[in-house]
Amino acid sequence: MITLQINGEKHTINVAPEMPLLWAIRDIVGLTGTKYGCGIGVCGSCKVLLDNSPVQSCMIPVSVAEGKNITTIEGESKNLQLLQNSWEELNVPQCGFCQPGQLIAATALLDKNENPTDEDIDEAMVGNICRCGTYQRIKKAIHRTVELKKQS
Amino acid sequence: MKPIKNVSRRSFVKSIGLASGGLILACNTSVFSDKEKAPENLINFNPNLFVQLNSDGSVVLIASRSEMGNGVRTSLPSVIADEMEADWSKITVQQAVGDKKYGDQNTDGSRSIRYLFEPMRKMGAIAKAMLITAAAQKWEVPETECTAENHFIIHSSGKKIGFGDLVEIAKTLEIPSDEKLTYKNPKDFKYIGKNLKGVDVAAYSNGDAIFGLDKRLPNMKFVAIARCPVTFGTVKSFDKTQALKVAGVLDVIEIPKISKPFGALGGVAVIATNTWAAFKGKEALKIDWDFGENKVYDSEKYMNQITENVHKPGKVGKDVGNVNKAFKNAVKTIESTFQLPHLAHAPMEVPNAVAWVQGDTCEVWAPTQDPQSARKEVTDYLETTEDKVTVNVTFLGGGFGRKSKPDYVVEAVIASKVINAPVQVVWTREDDIKHGYYHTTSAQYLKASLDQSGKVTGWLHRFALPSIVSTFQPGVDYAAGFEISSAANVPFDIENLKVEVGQAPAHVRIGWLRSVINIPHGFSINVFADELAHAANKDPLEFRLNLIGKDRIEDTQDPIKYNTARLKNVLKIATKNADWGKELPEGHAYGLAVHYSFYSYVASVVEVSMKNNKVKVHNVYTAIDCGTVVNKDTVTAQMEGAAIFGMSLAYYGKITAKNGAIQQNNYSDYKMIRMNEIPNVFVEIVESTEKPTGVGEPGVPVIAPAIVNAIFKLTGKRYYNLPLSDFDLV
Repeated sequence: MITLQINGEKHTINVAPEMPLLWAIRDIVGLTGTKYGCGIGVCGSCKVLLDNSPVQSCMIPVSVAEGKNITTIEGESKNLQLLQNSWEELNVPQCGFCQPGQLIAATALLDKNENPTDEDIDEAMVGNICRCGTYQRIKKAIHRTVELKKQS
Repeated sequence: MKPIKNVSRRSFVKSIGLASGGLILACNTSVFSDKEKAPENLINFNPNLFVQLNSDGSVVLIASRSEMGNGVRTSLPSVIADEMEADWSKITVQQAVGDKKYGDQNTDGSRSIRYLFEPMRKMGAIAKAMLITAAAQKWEVPETECTAENHFIIHSSGKKIGFGDLVEIAKTLEIPSDEKLTYKNPKDFKYIGKNLKGVDVAAYSNGDAIFGLDKRLPNMKFVAIARCPVTFGTVKSFDKTQALKVAGVLDVIEIPKISKPFGALGGVAVIATNTWAAFKGKEALKIDWDFGENKVYDSEKYMNQITENVHKPGKVGKDVGNVNKAFKNAVKTIESTFQLPHLAHAPMEVPNAVAWVQGDTCEVWAPTQDPQSARKEVTDYLETTEDKVTVNVTFLGGGFGRKSKPDYVVEAVIASKVINAPVQVVWTREDDIKHGYYHTTSAQYLKASLDQSGKVTGWLHRFALPSIVSTFQPGVDYAAGFEISSAANVPFDIENLKVEVGQAPAHVRIGWLRSVINIPHGFSINVFADELAHAANKDPLEFRLNLIGKDRIEDTQDPIKYNTARLKNVLKIATKNADWGKELPEGHAYGLAVHYSFYSYVASVVEVSMKNNKVKVHNVYTAIDCGTVVNKDTVTAQMEGAAIFGMSLAYYGKITAKNGAIQQNNYSDYKMIRMNEIPNVFVEIVESTEKPTGVGEPGVPVIAPAIVNAIFKLTGKRYYNLPLSDFDLV
């Protein structure tokens, strides 16, 4: 049995220790906001925060995630909430599928960098593919979030 | 469905749907399917299949087309709401199941707004007319003294009543005839032509949106399928021993090949308690395949073969004047050969479907662009009737044409039927890359002649590419009419023009991918026109405007007319916004392209630099004329996205085959543009009252040729083949 702490809640599950965290979250725990995109850690759709660091959950065995705080798109975090507001304001998503992963990556960026440059954003977001091509709005929405935080 | 005459005057709920062909029929159907109940304790009024007004004033509007980033769940309902004078804040949108009563639901070909703008206006106008009649009856005043405004009916005396308070009366009324309907003056539109926020943006941003992959049913099994590496190969035998040892694997079954355009490819399916176990079980299978005749497919050798075919005369697709004579009399002739590879759609959400066959009924939940086609395929497979098959449309994590082919739905239905349980078939990303319906690969040969003044006197365009028709009629090995028209309809003022097609048999399933044939033709025509401008020693913009020539309507044998003035206009706007001709930073250059597709006109100017022989696209200035615009923000977003889609194919897009098997695997070797590579995309939409035309696709074809033209300007080297990664330029 493995116990995962997801969005502040404990889930004890009976799975093989090498099962990727992605599938434990989606198929066993039942939180489907975290997406499968590639399964090899190159697209970012499955990103979650593991002790506040962004990881591709398709590459992390559940045994490694055990005992750590896991935050998914369904979870709560101040920066995540603010980013979600900007995503709405700028109408960022097209198909929406990659956006949970994009938002998690952006959250991790703002958690460690209060005032990211375009280059910082490129570096933080380069691991996330958007086939619809919403990158320009994602970048704007991150800047917008920073701007609103400064104003408040 | 009942014809209008059978709807009784006192019928409690009346509805009008869009039958195919736009015929209006009435039937007693709520907007809610049987399984989804209307809110209890609310009386409701269903003037037609697309509108339900509840007594609390809330309104449910139906989106009959699929949402895949095209914004259709916002745009279509906004047209109804505008014409109905409904308050947008009181609207919820509900997705239609696949059913002919909604008319054509096939969400591809950039035609949702094009086909449904007027019908959706009518749905709103019917509701509005009935609410006016209801208020007039209630107040005992002439209808002509009543108007609808923002969820109220207002009498000329100033008194007003909310829509919700009219439900009781409205629901008893007859559906008005067409002559009784009134339509808003476009200048009074409140939502149409404005920037409207997507209705689903919150759900996308907080993880609530349910895509096909997110659908769950009690006791649902997860299924992964091993398919033959070679298209249409079959299973000879398989050993499931090791697969069954994987924890979570429940069973292994064979999936038959169904030889239909959208039939299952066949293979071996692993049934498991979770997706990962299904994937692991699939990897553990040992399968002996009969590869079949497509194992000879080698895309590199094939390219040589179709290139030979365009270097000799082909079948004539169009022949105006006498190109040979023009070439003979020319001061200068230019000829070039273009080669483009197959592409895969690679939507972020892999193909997948949930199916549950119970007795002689079946329910499906799938990210499908064409739920009616899915319903038909399922009905055929189960040898049942359509009323036994329900196809629910989830959100689509991208489509781009892939999800209009419901082969993956059929697989889920087969698996559910065999194991007698609800299943979710999930393709791995590798399955998606290796078993797609590929965008065609092409060889094109263009030759043109110039006279003394630099005017083009002759134009020959010869191309060979495996046709989409081959997917529907195996053995077809020449391009079809719709694949010829985008070359034949070049809007150029050239006296002698000839289009020919060469032979090109298909060895994989050929499908349509965002902008389809316009990718190869938009590329070759725009790059070649730029080459001619250079040969004529003219500025590319000036040359192109002259090549298009005087304002005229081109004879394209199409009900929607091709207007060269509109084509030149977008070119002028894009170049004006880019300030074409201005001095750019050192090492930067502009390239332009203009193309007409899906009845829309698009031009883009791209600003490119080269550093250490690597291309960077800094800015893209796009202008589109797509007639009447419903949601400006969606059109803008589609142009932004199209620039990235076009860049991905220009930089990296290449699917190859060896011994019949696709060589690419995943986003690692079938790459996409990423955040660090993006340009700024500036979009201008032409204000127009013309009929609405395509938006989702027409932004794509101009991007790759504009980049190649800019690279030429910078380096003097012309790239006729894509992707640019083959030349180490990205």
